Amino acid sequence: MLRSELLTHLHAQFPTLTLRATEAMLDVLFAEISAALERGERVELRGFGAFSVRQRKARTGRNPRTGEIVSVDQKCVPFFKPGKDLRERVNRAAPGEEHAR
Amino acid sequence: MTETTITRVELVEALLASAETGRSKLSRQECARFLEAALESISQTLAAGDVVKLSRFGNFVVRAKRQRVGRNPKTGKAVAITPRRVVTFRPSPMLRQQVGAAPRGQKRL
Repeated sequence: MLRSELLTHLHAQFPTLTLRATEAMLDVLFAEISAALERGERVELRGFGAFSVRQRKARTGRNPRTGEIVSVDQKCVPFFKPGKDLRERVNRAAPGEEHAR
Repeated sequence: MTETTITRVELVEALLASAETGRSKLSRQECARFLEAALESISQTLAAGDVVKLSRFGNFVVRAKRQRVGRNPKTGKAVAITPRRVVTFRPSPMLRQQVGAAPRGQKRL
């Protein structure tokens, strides 16, 4: 599913909104999550999951093309941890049996 | 890990603020319904095993994990972890850059 498909899907469920308004709302949603992460904050949506910022340590890596050793500074990366409901829904259709704990 | 946590409440608030400036007005309740509809649509797609690609934000991908041997951290006993499907989020380069460049207080972790 692409952003445009999500948009169409939402638009169908909110007939009072114009397509443009629906798009604006959707943009607000993701912009808000992004902005929170940029501030180093966590976004927790029960059932769906939580977005947070994780720190990666500085390390030495290699340029895969030249084999040259380069140092990679410590950095922060966005991280998503799926919530319980989402985890279960996705895994329900899993290959194999229902998992045990 | 972090001090502040954003929840549905704040997201609905943001939607409401934008809905008020827009031409088509939505109530707080409708904004909440909008948020749920968006999350539900994403969840449904993932449950069906499909990818959700949100340009400028990131992609949600379903990955299949093979069976492996894990350990009960309490008892130390080896147990089989059954094959499963998990959701991973791959942030867009734009979001990565936004977050990576963010001024952060002192080091966490």
